[in-house]
Amino acid sequence: MPMSEFAELLASRSRPIVTAEFPSMDGGDLETVREALEHYRPYVDAVNITDNPAAHAHASNVSMAIAVKQLGVEPIMQVVCRDKNRLAAQADVVGASMHGVTTFCALTGDDVTAGDEPEARRVFDLDSPQLISIMNGISRGHYLSGRSLKHQRDLLIGAVENPFAPPADVRIRRARMKVDGGARYLQLQIGYEPQLLESFMAGVVENGVAQRAAIMPTVILTKTAGALRFMEAKVPGIHVPAPVIERISSAAEPAEESYLLVREQVEHALSLPGVAGVHITDFRHDDSLRRLVSDLAIGPAFASQRAATA
Amino acid sequence: MLRKLLPVLEHVVKGPVWDCQMCGQCVLHSTGMTCPMTCPKTLRNGPCGGVRTDGHCEVKPEMRCVWVKAHHRAETMPLLPKSWREEITHMRPPVNNELKGDSSWLNLANGRDRQTPEGWLADADV
Repeated sequence: MPMSEFAELLASRSRPIVTAEFPSMDGGDLETVREALEHYRPYVDAVNITDNPAAHAHASNVSMAIAVKQLGVEPIMQVVCRDKNRLAAQADVVGASMHGVTTFCALTGDDVTAGDEPEARRVFDLDSPQLISIMNGISRGHYLSGRSLKHQRDLLIGAVENPFAPPADVRIRRARMKVDGGARYLQLQIGYEPQLLESFMAGVVENGVAQRAAIMPTVILTKTAGALRFMEAKVPGIHVPAPVIERISSAAEPAEESYLLVREQVEHALSLPGVAGVHITDFRHDDSLRRLVSDLAIGPAFASQRAATA
Repeated sequence: MLRKLLPVLEHVVKGPVWDCQMCGQCVLHSTGMTCPMTCPKTLRNGPCGGVRTDGHCEVKPEMRCVWVKAHHRAETMPLLPKSWREEITHMRPPVNNELKGDSSWLNLANGRDRQTPEGWLADADV
């Protein structure tokens, strides 16, 4: 089975990769997905299909990944360990692959207490390094039990790491554990401490992880200081230092300052050795995503300009 | 008789010291003598991305992250053999839920705690 275009891009790293977070949905139909997808389609190489993000139930990762694939965009199907045991997780991966979904991302998942149904039972039958390894087994043609799949299909497996959560040195080793288990790309958690990203990148270049997996830091497009305050207070694993919030709240035009902050973050990230691309979460839903990839000449729509000026 | 007595004895010894959850496949030696089953997400292979900046748990803010503790102890705890300190970075396989409630001492002796499903890929195999 030939590699997907996205897998080829990850392997060749012929230009900075751009992925984006696809919004979760609560009903609708294929047309609803298509409309949302047009916002991203020209500017990104793939979109993340989340799996009950922040422990809130939404239309399933499998259904959304299949829809996006059918609509011609590469889905990165996230699978979290929180909601399903090893049987269900494997069934989802194999089932989605039958519809052409071949890129997967294994995550631990926010705890149920972060969501709107904190009474739910948390599963965590697997952890993310184990899930990566099991997906790797599926890619080789067998389930965890050893039972063979009737049809083997190459999967592109990735994971997430958080360089901004302690302990810093453990994050570098954990990235290595995930890559040793079969991850070929790592998307990083959103963070506002550039020095932590720098030391993480230095570490994963030194231990060879960045050479074996495409590392993609994440940025989030927001408009207000309130959005940053919300993340600081409510979103597990995200820390927004007070001076960053102050920069936005004291700006004459907070929305413009928020954009400039993100552009600086992406420029900084792409300047670091070992960074293969960037993952963008767009909470603005305006023209900022297009503006960002255009300003920096990255992603499928504008990369040729970068090549031309380089 | 031994099968019934040993879990009771093990829980009496390990419960008060390590808050043992009787998973029946003890990995304490490889996790800085810190039980990963006391992590609210029961993670066996390192801290999740939710660890707070003060090193405390995403789920229980009053508690220090089990894995922050484990890594710290693996590095600093006296008398821990070097091989045990290094094992913390090894991938531990998924929990065998059939062993829950058993004595891990017995499962260590008879090797059941090291049996993994046929399709489990060892690190070296990747």
